[in-house]
Parts: sequence; C-alpha cells; structure tokens
Amino acid sequence: MESCFIYSVQDMAKDVTYICPYIGALRGTLTVTNYRLFFKCMDREPAFVLDLPLGVVSRVEKIGGASSRGDVSYGLVCKDIRNLRFAHKQMEDSLRKSIFEILMKCAFPVSNGLTIFAFEYGQVYPENGWKVYDAQAEYKRQGLPNESWRITKVNDHYELCDTYPSTLVVPVNIPDEELKRVAAFRAKGRIPVLSWIHPESQATVIRCSQPMVGVNGKRSKDDEKYLQTIMDANAQSHKLFIFDARPSVNAAANKMKGGGYESEDAYQNAELVFLDIHNIHVMRESLRKLKEVVYPNIEESHWFSNLESTHWLEHIKLILAGALRIADKVESGKTSVVVHCSDGWDRTAQLTSLAMVMLDGHYRTIRGFQVLLEKEWLSFGHRFQLRIGHGDKNHTDADRSPVFLQFIDCVWQMTRQFPAAFEFNEYFLITILDHLYSCLFGTFMCNSEQQRVKEELPKKTVSLWAYINSQPEEFTNPLYVNYSNHVLFPVVSMRHLELWVGYYIRWNPRMRPQEPVHQRYKELLAKRAELQKRVEELQREVTNRSASSSSERAGSPTRSITPVQTFV
Amino acid sequence: MIETFGIKLICSKNSCLSPVVCLVVSVSCRLCLVVSCRLCLSPVCLLSSVCLLLSVCLLSSVCLLSSVSVPSTGEVVFCSASTVLKYTQDDLSQRGVFGVLLCTNFRVSFVSDEAPTEEMGQLFKNKLYGENDIPLSCVDNIYGGSEDKRKLITGGLVKNKYPSKMIIHCKDLRVFQFSLSFSKEEDAKKIFQGIVHHCLEPKSLRCLFAFSYCENTSYPEAQRKKQTVMFDSVEDWTQDMKRTKGNCRVVSENSNFELSPKLPQYFIVPKNVSDEDLTKYQGKGLPMWCWSHHSGCALFKTASIPLVQEDNVPQTYMEKMLTAVAHNHLYSVKTEDLSDTLPTVQDILLSYNRFKQFFLIDNTTEFWMSDMKWFSSLDNCGWLDIIRQCLQKAVEVVESLEKENTNVLIMEEGGSDLCCVVSSLVQLMLDPYYRTLLGFQSLVQKEWVAGGHAFLDRSNHLHLKDKVESQSPVFLLFLECVWQLQQQHGPAFQFSETYLTVLSDSIHVPVFTTFLFNNDGHRDSLLRAESPHTQRSPLNCPTVWDWSVQFDCKAQDLFTNPLYTEKPKQDTSVRKSYRPRHLRQLSLPSSAFKTPPKKGFFKDEADNLKKILGVKRLSRWMLSPSSDSPQTSSSVREFYEAWQTKPLDYHGLLLPCLDGPSIRVWMQRYLRWIHDVQILGGGPVAMLSKVSEILGEVQELQRQLDRHGCTLTSNHKGARPRAKTAAAVIAARSSVRLSSSFPFVTSRNWSFKPAIPTSLLQSLMVTGMAGNLADREDDGGPESLV
Repeated sequence: MESCFIYSVQDMAKDVTYICPYIGALRGTLTVTNYRLFFKCMDREPAFVLDLPLGVVSRVEKIGGASSRGDVSYGLVCKDIRNLRFAHKQMEDSLRKSIFEILMKCAFPVSNGLTIFAFEYGQVYPENGWKVYDAQAEYKRQGLPNESWRITKVNDHYELCDTYPSTLVVPVNIPDEELKRVAAFRAKGRIPVLSWIHPESQATVIRCSQPMVGVNGKRSKDDEKYLQTIMDANAQSHKLFIFDARPSVNAAANKMKGGGYESEDAYQNAELVFLDIHNIHVMRESLRKLKEVVYPNIEESHWFSNLESTHWLEHIKLILAGALRIADKVESGKTSVVVHCSDGWDRTAQLTSLAMVMLDGHYRTIRGFQVLLEKEWLSFGHRFQLRIGHGDKNHTDADRSPVFLQFIDCVWQMTRQFPAAFEFNEYFLITILDHLYSCLFGTFMCNSEQQRVKEELPKKTVSLWAYINSQPEEFTNPLYVNYSNHVLFPVVSMRHLELWVGYYIRWNPRMRPQEPVHQRYKELLAKRAELQKRVEELQREVTNRSASSSSERAGSPTRSITPVQTFV
Repeated sequence: MIETFGIKLICSKNSCLSPVVCLVVSVSCRLCLVVSCRLCLSPVCLLSSVCLLLSVCLLSSVCLLSSVSVPSTGEVVFCSASTVLKYTQDDLSQRGVFGVLLCTNFRVSFVSDEAPTEEMGQLFKNKLYGENDIPLSCVDNIYGGSEDKRKLITGGLVKNKYPSKMIIHCKDLRVFQFSLSFSKEEDAKKIFQGIVHHCLEPKSLRCLFAFSYCENTSYPEAQRKKQTVMFDSVEDWTQDMKRTKGNCRVVSENSNFELSPKLPQYFIVPKNVSDEDLTKYQGKGLPMWCWSHHSGCALFKTASIPLVQEDNVPQTYMEKMLTAVAHNHLYSVKTEDLSDTLPTVQDILLSYNRFKQFFLIDNTTEFWMSDMKWFSSLDNCGWLDIIRQCLQKAVEVVESLEKENTNVLIMEEGGSDLCCVVSSLVQLMLDPYYRTLLGFQSLVQKEWVAGGHAFLDRSNHLHLKDKVESQSPVFLLFLECVWQLQQQHGPAFQFSETYLTVLSDSIHVPVFTTFLFNNDGHRDSLLRAESPHTQRSPLNCPTVWDWSVQFDCKAQDLFTNPLYTEKPKQDTSVRKSYRPRHLRQLSLPSSAFKTPPKKGFFKDEADNLKKILGVKRLSRWMLSPSSDSPQTSSSVREFYEAWQTKPLDYHGLLLPCLDGPSIRVWMQRYLRWIHDVQILGGGPVAMLSKVSEILGEVQELQRQLDRHGCTLTSNHKGARPRAKTAAAVIAARSSVRLSSSFPFVTSRNWSFKPAIPTSLLQSLMVTGMAGNLADREDDGGPESLV
C-alpha cells in the first residue's frame, strides 16, 4: 500500500540467516528501510517472506560473540509477541555491524533525533481519516447538549486541563468558574465530565481522575456540589455510584501522595465501589509472562496451568467485570456513575469505553468504534506515546504498559460471546493493534489532543481510519446483525474467557486455521448476492416480455410474478 | 383383568421390582387413566415401606398423573410426596416452587403446583422426559443435606431417617435441590427412601424401563431400517467392505451365536483366518476388520490374549493371525497395544469424575469461587489431556494408513473400549461418509454396538456392586473427541454440536437398546427372553437413532449443521459410489514389502516373513514399551504440519490440531444448565440464526430462479444450501432472546441482570506476584508521584 513512498533503503545484506523457531534456519536477503525490515528466502516454495514494520521493534540486541562455527547473531524483541533472530558469518563482521547500527537508528528514530515514519508517509486515501471523529457531532448523536448538560469551551486552549480534549460536556448549572475550582481538587485537573448519556433514562457515565484528598482528608465543597449536580441531572435515581478502578489498598496508598478517593461522608448519596484492577506495572509483567508461555512454542502438557500463572485472563476478567458493573448500574439501575482511577487515563479509559460498547450499539459498528477510540482514548489523553514508546529505544521504561491491548482483548472477548453483535471482525482488531506499533499512521502518536494539535498530526500524517475505511469489506463481520438498542452483558466467568489465539499465538503456524470460518460466511453472502442479481435480471426480462406480449395480445392473462424480496 | 371406573388392573407374572403389589399408571391416548397391577416374583427386594406407600399413594397419584405429561406407557409410580420445595438452582435465597415429587420406574419427576407455562421451551422438548424429570439411570449422585452440611448417600439407609434437603446430581449435569421439610414426615421419608432405592441400589436388567416401555409401545420398525446401517446383517457388513474396497471375509456363522455368544453376530476377518481359528481363544486375538483405506491397507482391532510365558500356543496363534492381517505378506503390519499407551478405563472414570465436578454447581458462590482456579483445575483433572491422547493415537494410526500404507492392528484387553474410540476416530478422520449424520450413526453401530462395547457394564445402570470397577464413560470420551474434531473443522460435519450433546444425554435414557447391553449376544438373549410372544420375534425396542421417540421433526432440524459442505457432486447412492477425493494411489497394494520410512512408534512387524514369525520378535511387540513416545509426538507433529500446508478439503483427510489451546471444553454440554454463564443474546446460536437466515434467503432466491425455469449455471462450490435446516426453527425468533444454552434452556427464567462475580475479586489476585509492582504508582517515573 505504501509503494509510492519514500522508503529509503538503508541497507541490504545477502546471505543472512533468519532462525525461524518453527521452520529452522533460513538463508536469504535482508533489507532494512526507514519503515521496515524485509527478509526474503528464495530456497523455499513458496518463497519465505518476513515483513516487519520497524515500529514493532522494542529492542535490538547482539547475542553473544562468535560461536564455535563463527556465526554471530542478533535478536529483535518485538512488541507484538514475537522475537526474531538473525545470524551472519563472522567474516562479514563489518556488514553485520552496519545492519545492527542501521536497525538501532531506524527502529528508534525518536532516540536518534529522527522523525517517525508516519510523518513521511503520504499515501492518499479517498477519505480523510482525521475527520472520522467530531466531538460536537458525537455529542449531538447522544442528544447533547440538553436541558441538563452543556458543551463548554473552557478547555478550548487546554488551559483548564492539558490532557483533556477541548470539547467537554458538563452540567448546565455549573459555570466555567466553578469548573476551575473543581479542577484544582482533581488530579491533573481532570474534572468529572460526561462520556455517555443513556438515551432514555438520562443516566450518565462520567469520567475523571482521583480527588486530591490526601492524608488529611481534604474536602472540596465545589467538587461535592459538582457531583451532587451530576446526580441531580438524572431524575430517575437519587444515588450516584463512584467506581474507583483500583484495589482499595492502592487507592488508600495514594493518599500519601495527595490523592485518594471520595469519602462517603463528604459525598452524600454517593456509593463508592472499588473494582480491584491492578496498575500498569502489574499488567506489563503479566504480558511478559504470557509471551513466555505462548512464544515461540506452547508446552502442551500444562497449558492451562501455565496460562493461569500469567494472570493475563484474570486481569481481563476484572476489567470486563468492572465495565459490566458500570453498564449494569447505568442500564438496570438507571443510575449515573462516576469512574476514575488515579489519573483517569488508563483503567478509566478501559472501563468507560467497554461500558459504552456494552450499552451503545453504535460503538459496535466499524465507524462507531473508531469514534469511541478517538473519543475515550485519544482525546481524553491515554498516553499512547509513553505506553507504547514509539521510536524510543528505552525498552525498560516503566511507563510502558499494554493497557490499550487489554482493552482490545476485552472487546475481542465480547465479540466471541456475541458473534453477531459487532459490525467488525477479528481482523479489524488485529489491524488496529498492528498499527498501534507500526508508526505508519499518525493516529496513535503523542499523548494528548493538545500535543496532536501542536504537532499538526492531522496535517502531517495519515489517519489509520483513512486506510481502514478505504476497504471496509476487509473488516466487516459477515454475520453482523444490527441489534440497535440492545445492551450486551458479557459473561465474565473464566469459563467463557479464552486466550486470543488469533493474536497472541498467530506466529505459530500450527495454530493458524487453514480456512478462516468467516471465509465460508463470505462465500454464502456472495452466493446470495449472485442469486439476487440473477433473480433481478430475470425479473426485468419477464417484465419486459410481458409488457411487449401484453401489447401484442391485449387481454391475455399474464403470469403473475412474485415480487422479488429485497434483503437488507 | 379388572376394570373399574376407567381404571384397569392387570395382573401378570412379569418382572417388577416389588415382592408385593405394584401399580402401573399410564395415560392412554384417550386420557383416561389406566392402572395396572402386577404381582412380581423378582428376588430383588424393595423396601416394604416403599411398597406400602404405593397403595397409599395410589389415589393421589392418579389425580396427579393426569396433570403430568406422561410420555410413555408402561410407567409405574412407586411413590410420591406433595408440598416438596424445588429450589431454583442458582441462588442461596432458598426460593423455589412447591410441587409433587414422584418416583416411577422410569424417572424421578417434579410436578410444579404452579400452572405450567407454555412457551418457547417447547421447541426442543424431549418427548420422553421434561425439564423437571430425571430418568432413573440419569441420576448420578444423591446428597442428603441439612442446613449447610451435605452428605453423599450410598444406599443402605438407616430406617426412619431422612434429610431435610435432597440434592440430585444428574449425569447430564443438571442439579436438582429439593426441600422435604414441608411435606408430611411419612411422605418425605418414603419418597426419599424410594428415590434412593430406585436410583442407587442394585437391580436387574429387566427392571429397566425399556422393557415395560417396549411392551406397551407399538413401534414401526421398517422406518428405521432404511436410514442407519445397523450392521446386524451380512449385507450391511458386505456392503461396507465393498464401499471401502476391502478384501476380507465376512463371517456369518455366528448369526445365532453358535460359535460364541461373546463374538459379534457378524464380523469380518482377514481372508486367511480359518474357521477353527475363529473360536480358539473365545475370540481373543482374532483380528476384526474395521475399515479399508483406498490404498488397500486396512485397520483391524482385537482383544489381546494374555501372554503366558511358558506356553507358546497363544504366540503361535498370534503369529498366524498377524500373517493373516499381513494378507499373505502383501502388506507390512503395525501393531499397537492401546493398553500400554492410553489411559485405562479406570483412569478415564477418575478423571471424568473430577472434571464433571466443575459443572455440578449447587450455588452461585461456589461457582464463582471455583472460577478463580478454573484453568489449573482443568489441567489437574486431566480430562482434556485424555482427549488429546486419544486423538493423537488416532492420528498416529491415520499416519500409518495414509502415509505409510501399512495395515494396522490395534489391541487392548477387551478389544472394545479404547479400540472402539481409536478405530472410530480414525474412520472419522479418513472417511467423509462417517461425517454425515447417517454415516456417523452407522459408525457407532459398527464399532460400538456390533463391536461389542460393554455399554451396560460401562454405564452400570444397574448399580451392581461387582460392576462398580468396570464403570467408565468411554463412549462419552469418544463423543468428546468427535466434538473437538467438529469444533476445529465445522463445515466437514453434517451433524451439529447439539446432536452430539443430545446423543451424550441419551446414553442415560434407559429406553434405547443401543446403550443397554454388553454385546450382540447379550442383547439377543434378553430381547428374546423378554418378548411377550415367546417363540416369536424378539422384543422390538427403539434404538437411539429413532430420534422421533425423543424429538419431533422441528427439533430434529437442530441436529444438522447449516454450514455443512455437501459434496459438490452428490451421488444419490453415496455409499456405493464413494470414492475419496484425496485418492492419489491405486487401490493396489503398491507399498507391499516396502521398508517402513522411519522408525515409528509402532512396532514394525512386517517387511520380512521370518521376522513376523520369529517368536522372540513377537514377544517383543507383545511387551510393546512406550519409551519412544516423544519421538512419536514429533512424527505426528510433522504429519500434521505437512497436512496443514495442503489446501483444506472437507471431504478428504481431516486432522485435529492438538496443541494446548486447541483442545477445549465442550461448553454447550457442560455449561448449559449454569445460569451465571449463560450469554443472553449471544453464544453460537447468534451466529447460527444469522447463517440460517441467509440460507433461507438463498433458498428462497433459488426457488424463484427455479420458478422462472432457470437453473443456476455457475457451479459455485461453496455451501450448497441444504433443504430445511435449523433455519426455519430459529430464524423466526430474534436471536437476541436466545442464550448460549440454546436449545437446552428456555429464556423464561431470565433475569436480565448480568451475573456479577460474587467472590472477593481481590482474593484471586496474584498472591505470589511481585508485590512491589502492585503497590507502585501508575506512572513509572518518580516525577509522576504526586
């Protein structure tokens, strides 16, 4: 797809050995450009090709010195659950060194003062993906502003909160001045704002960061009044649920650093619930263990115990369970909910966006999901640059964490449980994750809306949605049924959670299905389309004929034709 | 014969449990009650209290049964109690419904006092028993409970004692909880003891419901014969051998069990087996033909002869048999003693008993507690690993047949347990005919029923103390393996997951002759003895394949897989004209005498006649060590990978992926009754209904085209829509209202509230995990510590 672009070939080496964990050693040509690493082995039929965007590389390391046979090798640790290993002959040491250096340079442009490839990629797509999300339009779809909620411009220049979007929805009765006072009491100024409103009950999903309670149990009248107003905006319930995503121990520990959680004394009518989701470090460690278990080979005998020991699915379960409780309170309890963690950009984003997927069928469409990501993740400042570490060689950075990956995994779990409720397919989710790392598109660059505006990403880079929306058929679930307003309550028992083999174990050829099932559904749909076409053609023909024959022999009974059914 | 007020009392000499009087109650088609009374001289003794109760209950039962849907005639009510509380399974709130609890000769039945609700559940209603009925043989365990304690009841009761609460675990994994504390003490005692007696104590085969059912039900036999090949005639066997181009000898000399009652009525052996060989060791060591590969090699199975060291006679016999299998040394032969490499039937039972406990859930709290350790529990019980081992063994055999073209002889002690599992799996993988619904039923007939799997002993329906050891869910294990294959290669199978689940339930419905006997001879002798018309035809009982006994046509539509790919060119006579698509070799034994390609797992017997006959060599394979199994697994791996790179052909060879994540839990079967894991509006049925809808549309379009006198010229090789599929059944209902338990649980009991884990979420977290990580601030850098 990027054939017309500036790939500068940085280096090319013949007679490189790729040590494939499944096939074994393969000899071929290795090419490194400023975007990708490309390895081709012609000895096999069909030719073996490895094509890897350099953005995926987390670290490059030399492995050992010279081995007994005089080979030297280096390995690439990748963000997408695989490791690659290449080897050269020792006498080509100069060459090897050059490839290693080129890799270090091109895989980590940020560390080397270079630009990320997304800024050079200039493919033109029919649609401008940056226009997919328009905050005003999305709030309008939700019926906002209305008598209780207004759209404020207070953060237009990111002065109230530099990690929030410019467009915010807040209660009508709270003037901008008061918002500023609330911001002083919330970590990083991330005040409670509306994310989603129930079309019927007017119950809302509110997100924010932790209150700055501190060890002394500081209170803020403004914040208390603010939450009371949020509760009052929903006439159906006289209660407000505050979901703190953290384990209560961690929430309490935050008091030492000035943070904390709402006390039920200060916030009357509010009930505080801890959702026990662990922090980014625990999640990172869990994924590291998972990679050990699934890559390159799976140990057959203790598969489930090994899987359990990574705790990955337990974390997924907790996140889904939290989102489920939120969705349940909003839908069944008709109660507004406030969701926060510490800063409100990791666990909070997971919870609100998952709850919104459960509550609102729009977010289960291809475009709706794009809007959801743009809104809850990108505009509300999930720190993609830090969490992924685009182009940064510092692979041990403690800020890195698979928070977004977990969210996509949760969505995938839901698509497994509700196979007809999502317009998009598994490939759509995998594509998003692949380009989360690839650095081809500007979508996941930077940490906040403010930074994106400053970097002029919409002007200088292409959005992932431009690419996806240029070929939606690739990403469409052929069995999608539009349930419209149906709320999905996934089952969050381990019995129904499974490891996402299609993503985490996709490099293992044995786990690859020979024919993806959706291929058969597609065939079926093609068959229907073909038949439909033929029936329509015949219909036309018959109509034409009967028209001509009736003119010839007026009054003769013409065969009645069943009208062709049209299918949506 | 007395008849009073529409109540008919029949006295007959026939089998009945009690030494006193039993009352047979049934509803005739005119809905008048027929009460038959029988004297019975069976030595099996019923507790006298229970019998006394019968007379007491008579009147109430009569009134009662008129409101129960009685599926079948010949049913006897033993005892009953009213105002029994049935707990609604999934909460601890002690809520439930009141009703009458009955025990008959067929089932334990709960009749709710509330008016029965007629709703969509009727779609998949079993005609023999309802959702509150438990066929007696389906009862797995009974627990007596008082307050929070519960105790396994093993029969042999203390008089006058009964628990206030009775928990029944069923073999189809339902769990019932009844409170007896609201009933009259006398009634409660009797119903409890009655149920325990009839469900857990030893009884004679004649007491199984099948016999009274069959005597009282007229049943059209002709219909079934046309469908499933029963392998109860020479023709069936001959035809199957012809179909696969086998070249062996059909033995019909045992048609009246003159040779041996232990041998099947009909069977096929290698040509060179002489008549006198047939009976030499009561059929042990006799190689029975299972299936022929298109290359000419074939699969045989046998019961192994226990080897006596000093005695050379069995060895000589085995040598002869091996030569016969080798077809006069045209083929090499591999032998495989399954007893050495696969788990024993006791292992299978133990593992399954651990496994099933994860699904027999008494309450929600218990469920969510067990959820935490779900994955490691799965590993620890070993059930999935046993499934994997069986599949792997089958793949090894397939490799020998398909790749090496050697004859394979599998053996084990009885020759009718794991041999049946492996041989049927091999045939499913190699022969697309067996992946059709009728083909599959024929396969079960051939390998399991005619093949002499001891269904009765393995299920121990009779609760005989001396058979406790032989109990084992071997057939269920086979169905599990089939399910795995089907899960991985859906479009290759004509039957659905629901079909397999229903089949696994039917094992415990004591009506079908399929699962009641140990072998052909056993079946024949009993059916003859039980026949009401002595000297004439044996008792005519339905087989499980007579699905109309259990389900109406609409429900049976759910047995077929709408995505099944039929063969592009469908011949009307599939069985005769069958020719595998992956045919690459001539049917001639081209590989005769070729040296085996590599040292496989199987002991290679064959390339040299001398070697086959060498006693030393023979005894070596008899000992068949399993030391080289890692090698096997890598060989199987290669075989799988080579197959995987070829384009997939649903009518050719199918191999399962055996890696960890590929072997799964059969969700539909095991999770269907657990409320907390039902996905409302989701599950496979959501997909099924959409596919059905599209298929329906395709059919409609096709019809329109046909009406225009036009046939579609393009030969689209994709899914050719089947006539009537599940489409009609489901499409009408919005799948939003269906759940992942479809079609087994109705949506009536839905609370639309999601199931939220009740356990302390925190407690499951990561005890041994690097604790300091959990305590750290979200943002790694110290600069972000506010």
